[in-house]
Amino acid sequence: MHSSGKTLNGSEIFIECLRRENVDYIFGYPGGSLLKVYETLYDVKDIVHILVRHEQGATHMAEGYARATGKPGVVLVTSGPGATNTVTGIANAYMDSSPMVVFTGQVPSTLIGNDAFQEADIVGITRPITKHNFLVKDVKELAMTIRKAFYLATTGRPGPVLVDMPKDILNASCVMDWPETVEIRGFKPTLKCHINQVEKAAQKIAHAKRPLFYIGGGVISAEASEELRALAIQQNIPVTMTLQGLGAFPGNHPLSMGMLGMHGTYWANQAVNKCDLLIAVGARFDDRVTGKVDTFAPQAYKIHNDIDPTNVDKNIQVDLPVVGDAKNFLAALLDVMPGTKENRDPWLAEINAWREQCPLSYSSEDNSLRTEFVIEEVSKQTKGNAVVVTDVGQHQMWTSQFYTFLNPRSIITSGGLGTMGYGLPAAIGAAFGIKDRPVVLFCGDGGFMMNIQELVTAVHHKIPIKIFLINNSFLGMVRQWQELFHQEKYSFTDLGNSNPDFVKVAEAFGCKALMAENPDGAKEAIKEALAWNDGPILVDFRVVKKDMVFPMVPAGGSISDMLLARLNPKTMV
Amino acid sequence: MKHIISVLVENKFGSLNQVAAMFSARGFNLESISIGETEDREISRMTIVTRGDDQIISQVLKQLNRLVDTIKVIDLTRQPHVERELLLMTLKLTKTQQHEIFELINVFKGKVVDIKQKSITIEVIGSPDKINTTIDIFRVYGIKELARSGAVAIHRGE
Ligand SMILES: Cc1ncc(C[n+]2csc(CCOP(=O)(O)OP(=O)(O)O)c2C)c(N)n1
Ligand SMILES: [Mg+2]
Repeated sequence: MHSSGKTLNGSEIFIECLRRENVDYIFGYPGGSLLKVYETLYDVKDIVHILVRHEQGATHMAEGYARATGKPGVVLVTSGPGATNTVTGIANAYMDSSPMVVFTGQVPSTLIGNDAFQEADIVGITRPITKHNFLVKDVKELAMTIRKAFYLATTGRPGPVLVDMPKDILNASCVMDWPETVEIRGFKPTLKCHINQVEKAAQKIAHAKRPLFYIGGGVISAEASEELRALAIQQNIPVTMTLQGLGAFPGNHPLSMGMLGMHGTYWANQAVNKCDLLIAVGARFDDRVTGKVDTFAPQAYKIHNDIDPTNVDKNIQVDLPVVGDAKNFLAALLDVMPGTKENRDPWLAEINAWREQCPLSYSSEDNSLRTEFVIEEVSKQTKGNAVVVTDVGQHQMWTSQFYTFLNPRSIITSGGLGTMGYGLPAAIGAAFGIKDRPVVLFCGDGGFMMNIQELVTAVHHKIPIKIFLINNSFLGMVRQWQELFHQEKYSFTDLGNSNPDFVKVAEAFGCKALMAENPDGAKEAIKEALAWNDGPILVDFRVVKKDMVFPMVPAGGSISDMLLARLNPKTMV
Repeated sequence: MKHIISVLVENKFGSLNQVAAMFSARGFNLESISIGETEDREISRMTIVTRGDDQIISQVLKQLNRLVDTIKVIDLTRQPHVERELLLMTLKLTKTQQHEIFELINVFKGKVVDIKQKSITIEVIGSPDKINTTIDIFRVYGIKELARSGAVAIHRGE
């Protein structure tokens, strides 16, 4: 234990602990139970507090920051409504395994349980959506608790941790003891893979004729892209990625198959269907990936590397589980791979034939603007180098298909929870963390309204994000399901006559805004937006209204159920 | 099949809640759960009785292990162990049945803990199966109220 020797109050201890955890930003919103902390913050210069406009915004900002940088995002909110407003953002970070520490103010210890003003049992509420959470009961425990919270959030499978701090604890004083190391009896994640399992995996890989890598976000959080690239190229093995795994392997490499699953590429899904060896790394066999589990990769011997043992054999029984960190797994594989390998050229030729048979394509009739074009154009103009943030819906899936991700930590998107309203704050958070690459946001006209208040935060801090609003006047993804599976009953998904004028709205917030409604106009607008660095800029892309995302494997379906295009072509406008 | 799982957890606020919440969030069956301090006051032992096929039980064990406050998880089902449950039960007492009731209490090695004019309260200790049988047998005499502790279990010593 390192004792500072100084007597500090709880609020000062809180700030001092954040300093020692190398926190540079706090995304927060004040309130009654946090007055002492905000009093302390007033004079703090080395940690920047960003005032959000809704606590949900703070959580998504913190997550965007975390996913872009790999460092934990930090949230500070008051008790009661401040705390309950963070629930969606915490659940989102939990589902996508993002490191985040959320600090909530709480009513004074003596009032807990009394239905006090602005009391909510946030520890109880967030128990199933946090990796762990704490209620601090003594100021002497505050430093240790904060240390544990950061340790838990960032060690093993990352995730959100919540620390609830009653008002009296923040006012009470003690000598601060800063523990240099943390020891938690019940938390000992397995990082190093068992060498026997790795050797078995290497043998299987060496002898497979039709192997396939199935790569998830775990490879990105483990910073294992280099090892993946080396191994895939050395072994000549094609790579398909989940939504969160995109960028782990360069999308322009001939071995890249793009995304698999519900809206994955035809050839990636065919490859899954026909492979004789599936090597899943840092991926969790989510139902949006597998569809019907009985028919998922039916011919494959399945190797599954995951840092979280609960992911193994959860949705699908695998043949060879390897628990451990993805970087450790891939590096260990590189060490033990035998020199010889099967000839995979016939397998790659087969995949390329599928690719040619059903490429990702779209056509623009009558000069109308399509989302696919916008995203492809942004991909070209940014040379695949942007940090791309999305909201949830059709535009999100098109982003996965038409933006060519070249590097890890390049897509920031709500995968597990599918939270509309995530995009704008996540993009702002990402831009606080990353200054040397453009941060672009693709956002639907529905989801943009869900956290639009954060535009103020972006304007105030002159955050140069490019907000590419994909305005199709519909809750497009729901509309798509209604057309395909619900007798074209477009129940409450048409926003056409209720959407605001987004350009005017943005301008009222003090945000520069443009509009584009045809391909040439879009090209110009994208160029202008990428050149604009004086704060955020929004482009309202008036895209065709009734476009649909294909291919599509219907929920719970098999590869053989894959839809490749509209059955009865009709107008999209 | 039925499994009996022993879990050592940090003896602190919220540990029991964590476990119970995990069972309900993941849709696992929870037949009984009991908790108490161990020889080390910082550690509590939970005994959990659950049901499921091998795949479900393997998930249950992994999910229990994953909770930060759990220190050790042991599936006692296929290991030598002792399993006990306490039953407290109040029965109607009538002159005509008195004799039979006392006889049965002896058969089940029960104890009378309270006796009134029209009722008798007994305790029985045994495996959950024995407790089930006890309840079935006594049902005909009119059970007024009963309480079960849930199973507690421990490894057999060496
Ligand atoms: C908070 C929330 N509410 C509802 C949904 C269900 N939902 C999924 S996609 C979608 C439509 C999104 O519409 P828009 O933002 O315009 O994007 P588009 O699909 O048109 O690209 C809806 C309502 C959700 N994912 N999140
Ligand atoms: Mg829309």
